[in-house]
Amino acid sequence: MRPRREQWIGVLFAMPWILGFLVFLAYPLVSSFYYSFTSFSVLRKPIWIGLENYREMLGDEVFRLSLKNTLAFTAGSVPLATVAAILLALLLNTSVRGMALYRTIFYVPSLVPMVALGVLWLWVFNSQYGLLNETLRRLGLPDPAWLSDPAWAKWTLVIISIWGTGNAMVIYLAGLQDVPQSLYEAAEMDGARWWGKARHVTLPMISPVILFNVVMGIIGTLQTFALPYVMFPGGQPARSTYFFSMYLYDNAFLYQRMGYASAMGWVMFLITLALTLLALKVSAKHVHYEG
Amino acid sequence: MLGWLAVAAAGLWAFVGSERAASRQTGSDRIVVTYWEKWTGDEKRSMQRVVDAFNASQDRIEVRMLSISGIAEKTLLATSGGNPPDVAGLWADQVVQFADAGALEDLTDLAREFGISKSDYIENYWKMVVYKGRLYALPTTPGCNALYVNRALMPPEYDSPEEFPQTLSEFDRFVDRVSRRGPDGRLKTVAFLPRDGWGLWGMPYLFGGGFVQDGKIDVNGPDDVKAWTWVHSFAVRFGVRETQAFRSGFGNYSSPQNPFLSGKLAAYSDGPWFGNFIRLYNPKVDWFAVPMPHPDGRPDLAGYTWLNLNTLMIPRGAKHKREAFGFIAFVQRQPVMERLCMDQWCNTPLARVSREFLERHPNKAIALFDRLARGRRAVRPVQMGIAGQIGSEVGNAVDRMDLGEAAPQQALDEAQKRLEDLWDRYRRQVLGQ
Repeated sequence: MRPRREQWIGVLFAMPWILGFLVFLAYPLVSSFYYSFTSFSVLRKPIWIGLENYREMLGDEVFRLSLKNTLAFTAGSVPLATVAAILLALLLNTSVRGMALYRTIFYVPSLVPMVALGVLWLWVFNSQYGLLNETLRRLGLPDPAWLSDPAWAKWTLVIISIWGTGNAMVIYLAGLQDVPQSLYEAAEMDGARWWGKARHVTLPMISPVILFNVVMGIIGTLQTFALPYVMFPGGQPARSTYFFSMYLYDNAFLYQRMGYASAMGWVMFLITLALTLLALKVSAKHVHYEG
Repeated sequence: MLGWLAVAAAGLWAFVGSERAASRQTGSDRIVVTYWEKWTGDEKRSMQRVVDAFNASQDRIEVRMLSISGIAEKTLLATSGGNPPDVAGLWADQVVQFADAGALEDLTDLAREFGISKSDYIENYWKMVVYKGRLYALPTTPGCNALYVNRALMPPEYDSPEEFPQTLSEFDRFVDRVSRRGPDGRLKTVAFLPRDGWGLWGMPYLFGGGFVQDGKIDVNGPDDVKAWTWVHSFAVRFGVRETQAFRSGFGNYSSPQNPFLSGKLAAYSDGPWFGNFIRLYNPKVDWFAVPMPHPDGRPDLAGYTWLNLNTLMIPRGAKHKREAFGFIAFVQRQPVMERLCMDQWCNTPLARVSREFLERHPNKAIALFDRLARGRRAVRPVQMGIAGQIGSEVGNAVDRMDLGEAAPQQALDEAQKRLEDLWDRYRRQVLGQ
């Protein structure tokens, strides 16, 4: 077969993906950019209004509040989930009998659908009958109103986010297993103990994996939707859990303001891009790439 | 290469086309009317009986009902994509927003042709499906609220509809008298919490206020402030933190853990269908129903009830508009409508009501609900394209009051300002005013 013909056949086999990309990603991306400059209710033709949607965001206090809530959630959730996932991966990287079973047990929670998870956590965090508060009361500790006190509601979601660290944990585990044993042996010869080996060998060696997971975590948490949508309808109490994606959804589908929602989507894209670039820049000195 | 692409494109088109066609073809020569409905369970089954009766009543049209979650969003997107169902079972409070967006077929002429008119309906319900003088939907099952009272939790002076408080000050005394705390000091039974049950959004109307006056947003008038201050007084009376903790122990609405059914609330505002929940989840509850009490010195405000209405609409671009309306008209026949409303434990939206309906209805208080729905104090939800935002903003204001973040007047003033901005923008961008 001639190389040119082979190339065309390759393209043909890739065509389902290419078509899917063009129809389901590229087209919506381009059109949402256009809609962001229009007044568009989905059913009527979009009307060009220039930058009005973006100007409206500047004065929209619910927009600001939802963005603030989302950033606060990201700032709380990403570091906590990262630490939890690394610690779990370290634990599951030891040679203990039945380790495959332990790894499965710690991974399984991340497979639970978000809606089911939301209902489950509603009961765990129930301030009167919940398992958590019952335990806290027995220990003589304060029992916050996790679901109805604005000071606690967001942190309830942050705590729950640890539940879904299974995916990150598996990636860290793979990273840990790639760390050459010879480095640990060399560190031991230099007198390093557990913490010394973790600090000077493990963390530098898995730093690219940490960066990857942090970036993915930032992107994921900025788009958080299902859990607060199920647990805190309308962002209750007093919009303390009203996240950016919930406000975007309400504008697009409840208020039929698809133009404004599209503009919000593009602003979120820019924020995500900026935070990702910031993470890459800040991490440049701390991430160690082999070779 | 281009040949391959052409074959792939043709295959894709044939697949999509066949999917679309398959949903509208039937083995016989009947025209298939697709009908999307939000109902599941018993409600779906009761409507399926109506659909089956319609299909059996003639041999030209076959209605196929599909239960859809997120029906409003899906109908909107399907309409936008040019492939909507022929009939959509939406709520009446979506009429204005959908009509403004051009998503609905105007049914005015078809209704006239089929002999359906305003006089066939209770006026309040008819007004809910008419917008700017045009008809955009017709009713299925309606609702209105009254106060369910658990007789076992009543002291003797309140244990019958005749002795139940008529005014809000008497009602406040009743709340103090009936609410109890356990030995640990925690709330055990509360007489009533206005934020639970159905009908919170009508509270301003209970006090003579509302959300809109003369076509303008008005959520912070004196009567509105009085209403929300009264709602907030319950959090003050029992303590914000304690009320939150007490409410967090309430189970799902339609479950045995519903606060009224589990004895946590002694009185509960809800529609006639709630009688079915009592039957299903705690038939031992001995209950009676009464209208909400009225503000002191305002007997003119007595008989208040908050209405809602399920409807059938024809989305814009429906393929079989006339046949779809044939089905909708069938549902409006008095025997069909009354059967459906009885099956769903609802009152009727029709002006005429049979004696059999009132006597054989499974909810023993149906006469009260029927009377309230026909009354001059029956209140309709806001007919405005930003009704959703009004609910969201006022809901947030009420949250802030209860949390002590803002006084009622301040919280409502802020909601008013934001809603005025949203309404201005809606008028400019959607209505072109």
